[in-house]
Amino acid sequence: MKAVAKYRLPSGGHIDRSQLLQFSWGGRTLHGFHGDTLASALLAHGIHFVGRSFKYHRPRGIYTAGVEEPNALVTVGRNGRMTPNLRATEVLLTEGLNAVPQNAWPSLDFDLLSVNNFLSPFLPAGFYYKTFMSPAAWWHKRYEPMIRRSAGLGCASGQADPDSYERRYAYAEVLVVGGGAAGLAAAHAAGQSGKRVVLVEQDWLLGGSLLARTGETIDGEPARAWLAKMQRELAAMDNVQVLPNTTCFAAYEHGMWGLLERLRHHGTEQDKPNAPRQRMWWLRAPRSVIATGAIERPMVFANNDLPGVTLASSAATYANRFAVKPGDRTIVFTNNNSGYVSALSLIEAGVEVKAIVDTRPAPSGAMAQRLLECGVTIFPGHGISRARGWHDLHHLRIAPIDEEGVAQRGGVLMSCDSLAVSGGWSPVIHLPSHQGAKVQWNEEQACFIVAEAPAGMAIVGGAAASFALAQAVQEGATAGASAVGATAPAYGAIHGAEGALDCDSIAWIKGKRGKAFVDLQNDSTAKDLALAIREGYESIEHVKRYTTTGMATDQGKLANVNAIRIVSKIRGLPMNEVGVTTFRAPYTPTTLAAFAGRELDDFLQPERITPLHDWSVTLGAAFEPVGQWMRAWYYPKAGEDMHRAVQRESAAVRESVGFMDASTLGKIEVRGKDAAEFLNRVYTNGMLKMPAGACRYGLMLNEEGTLFDDGVISRLADDRFFISTTTGGAPRVLAWLELWLQTEWTDLEVWLTSITEQWAALALNGPKARKVLQPLTDIDLGHEAFPYMRFREGQVCGAKARILRVSFTGELGYEIHMAPEAAVSVAEDLMETGAEYKITPYGTESMHLLRAEKGFIIAGQDNEGTTTPDDLGLSGLCSTKKDYVGRRGAERAGMRREDRKQLVGLLPENETLVLPEGVPLGAGELTPPFPILGHVTSSYMSPTLKRGFAMGLLRRGHKRHGETISALVKGAAVPCKIVPPMFLDPDGERLRGEDA
Amino acid sequence: MLLIPCPWCGERAEAEFTYAGEGGIARPKNPPELSDQEWADYVYYRHNPKGTHHELWLHLHGCGKYFRVVRDTVSNQIYGSAPMLEAPPAVPERKEV
Ligand SMILES: [Zn+2]
Repeated sequence: MKAVAKYRLPSGGHIDRSQLLQFSWGGRTLHGFHGDTLASALLAHGIHFVGRSFKYHRPRGIYTAGVEEPNALVTVGRNGRMTPNLRATEVLLTEGLNAVPQNAWPSLDFDLLSVNNFLSPFLPAGFYYKTFMSPAAWWHKRYEPMIRRSAGLGCASGQADPDSYERRYAYAEVLVVGGGAAGLAAAHAAGQSGKRVVLVEQDWLLGGSLLARTGETIDGEPARAWLAKMQRELAAMDNVQVLPNTTCFAAYEHGMWGLLERLRHHGTEQDKPNAPRQRMWWLRAPRSVIATGAIERPMVFANNDLPGVTLASSAATYANRFAVKPGDRTIVFTNNNSGYVSALSLIEAGVEVKAIVDTRPAPSGAMAQRLLECGVTIFPGHGISRARGWHDLHHLRIAPIDEEGVAQRGGVLMSCDSLAVSGGWSPVIHLPSHQGAKVQWNEEQACFIVAEAPAGMAIVGGAAASFALAQAVQEGATAGASAVGATAPAYGAIHGAEGALDCDSIAWIKGKRGKAFVDLQNDSTAKDLALAIREGYESIEHVKRYTTTGMATDQGKLANVNAIRIVSKIRGLPMNEVGVTTFRAPYTPTTLAAFAGRELDDFLQPERITPLHDWSVTLGAAFEPVGQWMRAWYYPKAGEDMHRAVQRESAAVRESVGFMDASTLGKIEVRGKDAAEFLNRVYTNGMLKMPAGACRYGLMLNEEGTLFDDGVISRLADDRFFISTTTGGAPRVLAWLELWLQTEWTDLEVWLTSITEQWAALALNGPKARKVLQPLTDIDLGHEAFPYMRFREGQVCGAKARILRVSFTGELGYEIHMAPEAAVSVAEDLMETGAEYKITPYGTESMHLLRAEKGFIIAGQDNEGTTTPDDLGLSGLCSTKKDYVGRRGAERAGMRREDRKQLVGLLPENETLVLPEGVPLGAGELTPPFPILGHVTSSYMSPTLKRGFAMGLLRRGHKRHGETISALVKGAAVPCKIVPPMFLDPDGERLRGEDA
Repeated sequence: MLLIPCPWCGERAEAEFTYAGEGGIARPKNPPELSDQEWADYVYYRHNPKGTHHELWLHLHGCGKYFRVVRDTVSNQIYGSAPMLEAPPAVPERKEV
């Protein structure tokens, strides 16, 4: 049996003394009990000093007992489960837990960077902005690595997280946030109605402040018994779901809530091997009861950050909930009544309280009387002018103060090892604030409260500055009942904490020496705030950013109100006029893994594959993602790299025949008596006179007059078309066409249907295409019988098919559309009949190369957001006889300027060179800085031309054919000849194919 | 996440919808006769009110219909929705806060 830790009280607490747990802290082996937090287990051993501060690397201790903890940030777990920046006050102690301190280099006790503390005259407010101004080049090399090393907010493990995270959507009539007395009463009252109620509590224990105090009674029974009864009764209600270990981290619009449920604590992985680590709930609940309680504020005085200083209520929590005494000799420093409540509660738990230092000149009342009876010295009208110690608190200088909080001469030096401070209370109003609730200063309770709760939200208990237990319970019950349209149950006598704080406005004791911290996590001091104001920062939002007060991971849960108070005093403004900074989600840090859930790796986004995908896989194809599609990129033969495969495939199409999987083309059927009229309005070219059986290449513009999408329109019948879109553009084009039909031309009778997945497609191209396909189809493929830009219906390999005689390569081409289930057998038959012509499957890369040789554009690659059809040399496709979407936009003067970027062909003088796509174009030697006149959009090595060639957008490009321009390649100017974007067969002779 | 009342499907989560811009903008009947400024007014200029806003939404992962919504851009309160062929929903008189 291990010796009981020195500061563990002999009895009491919500801990299980039969479960002794061993854990490791920075390599030291220690013990605690089940029910401890890491923080309480450390304090039981007298360990206060757990980390170093952000900027000055000062020793810091465990300051609180909850989520507001600014100092005790630790790294917990091993390997992939290692998690940085956990608050020791929230980490459940488990057997074998491995925790290490952060922000200390090389070790906690000997920290080289603590020299910052002595350099502090050089690290004033705004030091980031002032110090790191110049030279700019130093930023990356010196400042940033230095700040990163010394900033010390833990490190990621660098390994994959082995755990899974879940997401769940749910609905409840009422959400109750907070499982303290008020929240329990609310959930219980709402639950009686039988409606769906969810109660969330961030702690693993319900009870809130009831766990930290003794001697309270509710409904005539001890608070602990009432708590147990409520838990029992809530568990028995099928309609009520109680979620402990769950943080409501955000309130969104229309009753949407973000909840993070922690299902596995560090060190319990082996108990639940298949459980997710965390579950993200997206809960829709139109009504809510916010019973989130309040957070105590620190006092601001010199060296108020020494290990051994804690919040008064936290000290009481450690004594009562965890049976840990904060020290052997405790002093309480307060500016309000709650310091007395905590002092009494410490004494009842068996902690020696030596003195109470109270800023108020004449504290009185029953509590003061009782404390005097317990032998506690009370110092009214006093403050602590300075705490002393190095790694731990030793002494306090207690001095009389004037009405401005300035420490006067005199006073006493008292020894102690623990100081419990209370600077008043701040209601937790983050969730209403997320929903834009106006916040105002309440002078009576000295805190910010919500002026008007957002619709559907009721704020009760400590969150509404109702600090009296009786009031909190009654408010909770009333709000819970009224959320379900019931009347509140009546409670019997409630005896507990009083509500009135009588809080003094003095929270800052101005002494002569030492740093008085306002924001413990970001190391900003009262002097920093004063300096910021002297330097002209007035708005609280500016002061906050300049001093970084409230901008650390705790988001100023402890610091904000004191900062506003100090600014209010310096500027002589009422609190409401200083204003509050805005609270934003999440309330406490939330892991990204929980947001990602299972949408990782293969589940990141759906992958669309074509009916020919597996067939391509067996041929050894390499794939590239295009939108959500996986497309066959090239089909390498043994020993071939991408370049060789593409050269072979492209040459085969030019010399003989090849085919590619074109199933990903977006396809939309357009049907109805006004179908032609509709298409006539959205395409640049005329569609009205197009006969059935014809195909047309068309451009769609947006109203600005720039290219939106392109594709082929085929007329099946008078009232029936099908159009193709770019692979990635199909959903966008469909939504856009629907927009016109549904909102603008509601009189047109047209229906649109996406048929992308209903038709697989193969593009067969090359001079031998007719020879290969003819044996497989009943359609006469003769040049006269089936001319270019025509379309026929019939059979291919016995399957119903639509064949388009179109070409994206410049060769004789047939686009074969067929049922998806027929695609593989058609491909196999093509391979067979094409064998004598060495038919070659080709991928998207060869398709890109072949079309570029003909100067065909890829919408989305050879244009940019401002490119018009005229810029692309496609004004011939734009009708001058009708209005269409984008015509007026493209006719604006600026859209017709001669110096616009226009599509050109580029031939590098060095014929073996392939320009990288995207490189800038300019004149001459291209010595930086030089004016960029355009860029390369497409570039390939042509097996037919036996040279590199490219296309690009170039200023005044249409008028520069024959000139030379430079492309910037790896810092060198590469001369290129500007040519028309047409490298092969300008007269289209090859479109006929052989045997025409 | 907003709860958007589709006139055809009822209240559904925002994730099912796509915002489709300001509502109540009609394509001019005579584009060639418009000045560049008039054309720009139609194509580019939009209200950006702090308060009630007439919007178009598309129930993309639902019925596929575009419809009108009137929403308060500050509070995100939605005053109602209407099919395209009906008038936009009325905004109740504003309560003084
Ligand atoms: Zn719908």
